[in-house]
Amino acid sequence: MANKSAFRWKRKHLLALEDLTVDEIMHVLSQADAFKEVSTRSVKKVPALRGKVLVNCFFEDSTRTRTSFALAASRLSADVVDFSEKTSSTSKGETLIDTARNIEAMGVDIFVLRHPAAGAAETLSRHVKCSVVNAGDGAHEHPTQGLLDLYTMRERFGKVAGLKVAIVGDIVNSRVARSNIWALTKLGAEVILVGPPTLLPKTFEKLGVKVIHDFDSVIGQVDVINMLRVQFERIKSSQFPTVREFTRFFGLTAERFVRCKKDVFIMHPGPMNRGIEISSAIADGPQSGILTQVANGLAVRMAVLYLVTQAQ
Amino acid sequence: MADMASLLIKNGTVLDPSQVFERRVDLFVQDGKITGLGGHLPKADRTIDATGCLVMPGLIDMHVHLREPGDEEEETIASGCAAAVAGGFTGVVCMPNTKPPLDNEGQITFVIREAQQVNLCYVWPTGAITKGREGKELAEMGSMLEQGAIAFTDDGVGVADAAVMRKSLQYARMFDAMIMQHCEEQSLSGGAMNAGLMATKLGLPGIAPEAEELMIARDLLLNRGIGCRYHVQHISTAGAVNLVRQAKRDGQRVTSEATPHHLLLTDECCRTYDTNYKMSPPLRTGADVKAVIDGVKDGTIDVLATDHAPHLAEEKEHEFPYAPNGIIGLECALPLYVKALVEPGHIAWMKLVELMSTRPAQVLGLKKGTLQQGADADIAIIDPQREWTVDPGQFKSKSRNCPFAGWKMKGRVMATVVGGEVKYELAR
Repeated sequence: MANKSAFRWKRKHLLALEDLTVDEIMHVLSQADAFKEVSTRSVKKVPALRGKVLVNCFFEDSTRTRTSFALAASRLSADVVDFSEKTSSTSKGETLIDTARNIEAMGVDIFVLRHPAAGAAETLSRHVKCSVVNAGDGAHEHPTQGLLDLYTMRERFGKVAGLKVAIVGDIVNSRVARSNIWALTKLGAEVILVGPPTLLPKTFEKLGVKVIHDFDSVIGQVDVINMLRVQFERIKSSQFPTVREFTRFFGLTAERFVRCKKDVFIMHPGPMNRGIEISSAIADGPQSGILTQVANGLAVRMAVLYLVTQAQ
Repeated sequence: MADMASLLIKNGTVLDPSQVFERRVDLFVQDGKITGLGGHLPKADRTIDATGCLVMPGLIDMHVHLREPGDEEEETIASGCAAAVAGGFTGVVCMPNTKPPLDNEGQITFVIREAQQVNLCYVWPTGAITKGREGKELAEMGSMLEQGAIAFTDDGVGVADAAVMRKSLQYARMFDAMIMQHCEEQSLSGGAMNAGLMATKLGLPGIAPEAEELMIARDLLLNRGIGCRYHVQHISTAGAVNLVRQAKRDGQRVTSEATPHHLLLTDECCRTYDTNYKMSPPLRTGADVKAVIDGVKDGTIDVLATDHAPHLAEEKEHEFPYAPNGIIGLECALPLYVKALVEPGHIAWMKLVELMSTRPAQVLGLKKGTLQQGADADIAIIDPQREWTVDPGQFKSKSRNCPFAGWKMKGRVMATVVGGEVKYELAR
């Protein structure tokens, strides 16, 4: 116990995993362990954030992340307000900062921000007094997704160090990929990025990961395959010729799946393009951790919300 | 300039690259002209004591956005000229990307007349190469030249269509007018910062150096058989410097300019998503900075400019990908160049003044940038030892988008004389 209490969480915001220490990451995961148990009770609620107000500020479509944060907050007894705006604030003439200051004036303790612009959460954190939790900023980071992926891998394999993890598909547009890269490399996993050069530029190698364009050359060696969603809304011009050709070279098809390790663990941050990057049989099959990821997301987000308010 | 009083600038060190002259002498101004250089000069109506200061030909900035007409809340010709003289500039070349753009003789006349009324420094407007800066049809370059346009550019964008660009070079060549290009291949642009490791980390769309280099290479090829005066604006990549260097060796008519920020800052600065580090061309890598400095040293880069680009704080407060490009530069350009080039020993003061005054005057075809007898009395008085801290709140510019806030500077503009009149003096 003495050991545990030696670490003190000091971050008021969770903006990115890039600058988190291993201790901080492990601390979130153990906090999530503690909260996971709450979900198994008949009364699924603890008073940890009673009297606190959380605003779910979503400038992009999201079902799972928004619901997950809302549920996490209500299990901690916080009040939840939803603020969804499909268009970015710029198109209305009001800046994000103005919008946020207005909402904050109503008395808010935590901003959960999903925004199409990279850096939006960091910018916001410099202009408000309350906590900011990044729920995805453009192609930059999605730190709670990275943490829940980590949590799920650790749960499945008992450890993360030494695991070989392939992240496959549209890497360049993916905030999930970036958060996973930081978390996994910090914890000693080997990360292999797989995708066409148009969606996976060589610069990623400088982040300490492997860049591979031939999925089949690595598929038999990896413990985890994290299939990313092809983000049609972010892909500008043709970064691959057709969906059919993408699936042929980078889809997790039944033919490819048979060449995987027997105990391979299949992940996907959702929402899935079934039949494009992943076949339904695999997504719904016994090796799939996709729904476990969603379930763990709740505990991880409870942990994050709890910790950032403790640091206020 | 009604009553032309005489002016004596005493005890300073006169630095004039046009005569390769550096000596402690006094300087006498009569009727807007330099009439004496030496000791034992007569008494004047007014005397400025320039003890400890450098007395140099007034600085000339080849790349300034004055925002008028159209965006007067960001800058006006009046506020921009006030910023210019506060920075030691006695003349500026303003860009045509106003609203509406400077693409006809009426707009050129408007800017020149406004500047005359403001009566602080010279303003030499550029005209757009194409109507509406749309890159499709040639603007009336000949008529604009007759009204005083100094050169042509679609700055803010490059002329994308190769056929239009060829015609622009051919047509401008008829008048021996200069084409200045914002070099950026549009099909490769659209990013928010330099493409590279930092953009990869930050998840921001990148602008590859090739976007700049492709357009320079294309223009140099097009211009090879035409021989128009061609000027590369705000050069920012190692590859671009190499292209211009080689073209000069080949005897092509090409000149280029750099900005302070491309000599002092890198894409690492974007790390905190501070939009004062967002500009076009974007901040590049340390290797590019070194290459641009090398280009300054070996003469590949002819001119040091600013790309002074005022924007409202509200606009710069937008999220990084949505914020507008550009920073202001007039009021701290000189000490920034001192920091980037003189303090590390890359060039001497004489060369700095050449690149900020004598050379831009030559490139533009102006009889300026000199303190020779009989020359227009455009003079900057600089205290090279004076230390100060940049506070954009004190700027004469209407805008505050400056990433150098809080920087410690050495070298301060003490006074600026334009046409023999003191247009700026540092409040003591």
